[in-house]
Amino acid sequence: MRRYVAARLGQAAVLLLGVSVIGFALMHLAPGGPLALYTLNPTVTAQDIERVKHLFGLDQPVYVQYVKWVYGFLSGHWGYSFFGGRSVAPIVLERIPATLELMGSSLLLALAMGVAIGIWAAVRRNTLVDYGTATVAMLALSLPTFWFGLLAIYVFAQVLGWLPAGGIETTGNGSLIDRLTHLLLPMLVLALVLTAQWSRYTRSAMIDILTQDYIRTARAKGLGPVRVLVGHGLRAALVPLVTLAGLQLPLLVGGALVTETVFSWPGMGLLFISALDNRDYPVLMAILMVGALFVVLGNLAADIAVALIDPRIRLSHV
Amino acid sequence: MTTLLDVRDLTVRFGQTRAVDGISFTLDEGETLGLVGESGCGKSTAALALMGLLEAARLDGSASFGGRDLLALDEARMRSIRGAELAMIFQDPATALHPLIRVGDQVAEVLRTHLGSNRREATARALDLFRKVGIAAPEVRLRAYPHEMSGGMCQRVMIAAAIACSPRLLLADEPTTALDVTVQAQILGLLRDLSREFGMAMILITHDLGVVAGMTDRVAVMYAGRIVEAAPTGALFAAPAHPYTVGLLGSVPRLDAGWDDDLATIPGSVQTAADASGCRFAPRCARASNACRTEPALIPTGEGRAVACWHPA
Repeated sequence: MRRYVAARLGQAAVLLLGVSVIGFALMHLAPGGPLALYTLNPTVTAQDIERVKHLFGLDQPVYVQYVKWVYGFLSGHWGYSFFGGRSVAPIVLERIPATLELMGSSLLLALAMGVAIGIWAAVRRNTLVDYGTATVAMLALSLPTFWFGLLAIYVFAQVLGWLPAGGIETTGNGSLIDRLTHLLLPMLVLALVLTAQWSRYTRSAMIDILTQDYIRTARAKGLGPVRVLVGHGLRAALVPLVTLAGLQLPLLVGGALVTETVFSWPGMGLLFISALDNRDYPVLMAILMVGALFVVLGNLAADIAVALIDPRIRLSHV
Repeated sequence: MTTLLDVRDLTVRFGQTRAVDGISFTLDEGETLGLVGESGCGKSTAALALMGLLEAARLDGSASFGGRDLLALDEARMRSIRGAELAMIFQDPATALHPLIRVGDQVAEVLRTHLGSNRREATARALDLFRKVGIAAPEVRLRAYPHEMSGGMCQRVMIAAAIACSPRLLLADEPTTALDVTVQAQILGLLRDLSREFGMAMILITHDLGVVAGMTDRVAVMYAGRIVEAAPTGALFAAPAHPYTVGLLGSVPRLDAGWDDDLATIPGSVQTAADASGCRFAPRCARASNACRTEPALIPTGEGRAVACWHPA
């Protein structure tokens, strides 16, 4: 196990290096740049542009910039934002709690609801319950997250006025209730798509499992329906579901990005969009790396969890 | 001897298909009955029907078990009987055990469900049961997973779970079919010993007449959803009456047969119960006549025997 984790962490390092190369290259290949806007400004002279370029190190070849960035990143110096000049590490790191709050609560909600709906649909397969949940799930999967976000804001904030339209708290009022009312809408919107996916995955996994011999054995022992479905059925379904949870993490990160933008949720996603607009290279790279690290570690955690659930899986070799 | 199980006209329908078509038999306390027939003849389906484990099936008839009709009980009452008074073991122990749960816990949960034992009591009792069914190093095995054990050991675990609450009737559905021949004899011996020790009645479902021979008091032979012959085991082997039973016994390979002799078979294949009129075995039967267009009933012929045939041997 320890050797496996060490080997996987080694793989992760190589993977993150690849992510950084591709991310850095794409960023610099994209037309424009942090100073593109100023070249159109008549009050900014060509000398000014050159001076700032030199200051930011943008006049050097891209590979030199990359090597310098890698060296800085690894030694804990993540550079300074092109806009405002603040150090990048605190800019990015201070956004993590808000993002984790949104993603974590959505994920938990989606897991609980998706698994429950999936089991329900599997037990009542080919009935109205099954078709009904399938239809709603397909609807939720087909329509984009931002559309649901805007709809939710229109209905619950604009028309009904029950919930705030965005933000993480009312300025000057940081009470728990206030924070929760702000969390509710973005959490539900982000959880919607995830719930739809989870209900479908759970349904198909459970339908497969419910035909297995060991489920018949559990029933033959006289166990109650909850014990059979959850204690034996869901337990076996955990293996595919946890694997999927790991694979789904990039989707979750992407969904959080859109949701944060729609609800002005001050997390990494919102920061990423504004940094993208500004071509704030150091900030973009830092967010990219933190996001990639999150996905890689999440997948590793999922693989370890699967091995803990299923004794037949041994994590001895890679 | 008091009657434990009295099955009357048990019929199981899946849509239009009658998998089991009006079978009747009785079983005394502590008695062992062999239910024999080819695959697809409805013997397993009949057992699952008695357990109330069939989904999407329509059941008719009655099955009186200790004074209650198993086919009429609601699910909650049935659940309190299943695994406690009426237990079942299955053909393939490797898939019948949950792959992700320690085998000791799979036995203990029966005790916790039906006897309300706490975790410690149930585990201690599971250890006793493991010893009883002849599992070596039971303390270690309690914590093992099914994939760490052989097929024979897994079937012993299944048996331990089945006898945990001292059931009055054990349904054994092809309990040795998936096992090595040497292990088969051990498991059958274990089942026989347990049934004698606890006075537990048993229905042994098998396609293998060799399994039935030393194990059962009586045998019922099924063909295409019906019982075609029932007799005390010794009498059946000595003088089979139904042409199908004759054919089955003739199909058992003999050690003293010549090396180039063809294996004896019954010509043709099983008709499904849906499109049958008259005797279902008639299309494959050498003795068939016009009379066989009418379905023969299972008629007692004395000495505890009964046969459903117009031209018994």
